[in-house]
Amino acid sequence: MTLSDWFAKRKKQQLSINVGEIPLTDSEIKKLWKKCNYCEKNIQTKELEQNQDVCPFCDYHFRVGVKERVKYLLDENSFEEINKDILPLDPLEFTDSMPYKQRQEEALEKSSLNEAIITGFGKINDSCAGVSFMDFSYMGGSMGSVVGEKQTRLIEECIKRKLPLITISSSGGARMQEGILSLMQMAKTSCALGRMHEAKLLYISVLAEPTFGGVTASYGMLGDVIIAEKDARIGFAGRRVIEQTIRQKLPADFQTAQYLLKYGQVDMISHRHELKNTLSKLINIHAHRN
Amino acid sequence: MNKTAPMEFEKPLYTIETKIDELKKLSTETGIDLNDQIETLVKQAEEYKQQLYINLKPSQKVQIARHSKRPTFKTYVSLITDEWMELHGDRHGTDDRAIIGGLAVIKGRPVMLIGTQKGNSTRENLESNFGMPHPEGYRKALRLFYHANKFKLPIVTIIDTPGAYPGIMAEQTGQGEAIAFNLREMSNLTVPSISIVTGEGCSGGALGLAVSNRVYLLEHAYYTVISPEGCASILFRDAEKASEAADALRLTADDLLRLGVIEGMIKEPLGGAHNDPELTARNILNTIVSSLDELEKLSPEEIKEQKYNRFRRQGQIA
Repeated sequence: MTLSDWFAKRKKQQLSINVGEIPLTDSEIKKLWKKCNYCEKNIQTKELEQNQDVCPFCDYHFRVGVKERVKYLLDENSFEEINKDILPLDPLEFTDSMPYKQRQEEALEKSSLNEAIITGFGKINDSCAGVSFMDFSYMGGSMGSVVGEKQTRLIEECIKRKLPLITISSSGGARMQEGILSLMQMAKTSCALGRMHEAKLLYISVLAEPTFGGVTASYGMLGDVIIAEKDARIGFAGRRVIEQTIRQKLPADFQTAQYLLKYGQVDMISHRHELKNTLSKLINIHAHRN
Repeated sequence: MNKTAPMEFEKPLYTIETKIDELKKLSTETGIDLNDQIETLVKQAEEYKQQLYINLKPSQKVQIARHSKRPTFKTYVSLITDEWMELHGDRHGTDDRAIIGGLAVIKGRPVMLIGTQKGNSTRENLESNFGMPHPEGYRKALRLFYHANKFKLPIVTIIDTPGAYPGIMAEQTGQGEAIAFNLREMSNLTVPSISIVTGEGCSGGALGLAVSNRVYLLEHAYYTVISPEGCASILFRDAEKASEAADALRLTADDLLRLGVIEGMIKEPLGGAHNDPELTARNILNTIVSSLDELEKLSPEEIKEQKYNRFRRQGQIA
């Protein structure tokens, strides 16, 4: 080996070593891999997406963002969003550990959404329906004035267009930062559903992980048919509040989709892969009379 | 005068009042004329009292709203009705004692009167579950709403609840569904309805009886999406910060009027309803009568329409 060969080899080695050793940043790893909350196996993000955010190993259902929901549930390019530019205010000038305005900005950055819900119309296996999807990543999917207003306008529009309504809930409940006005959204949306009920239009409520509080106690539980998505936890009061009140340990399956089915609170549980077909069947069966 | 134990913020006033009592006693026992001193103190107490109850902080109002001697629904029933017949049960196996309802005659007018019941003693509180209804209570109320609608009786609901009960059974039998269903069904009723929050109006548990044509609050009552304690422990991560949370939540009658959530505030006697339940009841009665007089001018369709629009405009958006 000549000296120049030796240098060349060393350079090559160094290069390959360097290339191999550049560590991925945490955020890059997170983008490529996701750990299952349930079986703790690492799953390639791409694979997870192809499997509709369901763990390919143990079937655990991850929380789904609204953009994915649109993809998983609606026919391609059929979604027509309405009222997307309604933005939250700060009517109470609310500040806890940080001002509500700042929380809104952080939520926008974190979720790339301007609120916790998107609403509109779309096709499910060629059937038209009003649809709303909630996103937990925007302030825990909480319902404030904007969620209530968008939901209500959607219901009113469904009545006008004589179309069925499907809502997918994923929410910690009412948004405390808007105080009493959040509570009033429960009444507002329920009043609109009262009109929809009298118009004899189909409303299917899908409860996804998690659905609690003010959403459960309003449109969440008002579906003509109520579907719990697999692995969703659903309830009125939070687990911690109940434990503190009754001072006893709660059963392991408490407030799971199975638990709600057992106690007659939901019509069925749906696997995410089946959800679209289930919804389309329900729409077709109820459209039969027309 | 209020002989119950003073609340923390009332203690300075209580000290002056105790002193007045002592001086009066001393004066009678010894025959010494202390009228001047007593009069000065009485005047001082009066001034202090006026200031104290006009400038109450939200957290202090919350204390008054929760006062152990605050008049309960049953007290108001006995003070505002000419006749009262309780109607029991949800017809599905339960008679929730946290929600009581029945037929009543108020100033000659038959109404359906429904309210949440708290107790003034431990025994009463246990019986009524501290005013926290189960789903069965909301379903009993619903049965009575339907009854009222069928027989064209106006509905009056009186609300004082720390919230719907958070428990295992309540979840199993559908607390969320029971409240949600009441919200929807109340909106479709065609008889005039009014709701009055007389103490605590906490969250969905209160709203489940309050989708009415008009909603009023007693002066020191509060109405909120979550209790100040709950809000403090979740958002402020410290249950001790309930007083700050009470400020932030805008839960007083003045705030609610400003936010357009209620139609009006009903005056309480100085120091709170427990100081003069009769006067408080008279004020409530006047509000019920004048509201129903006005609402009864509307047709059944207009009643529904007014209610829809009333709730439709709630909230603030950009």
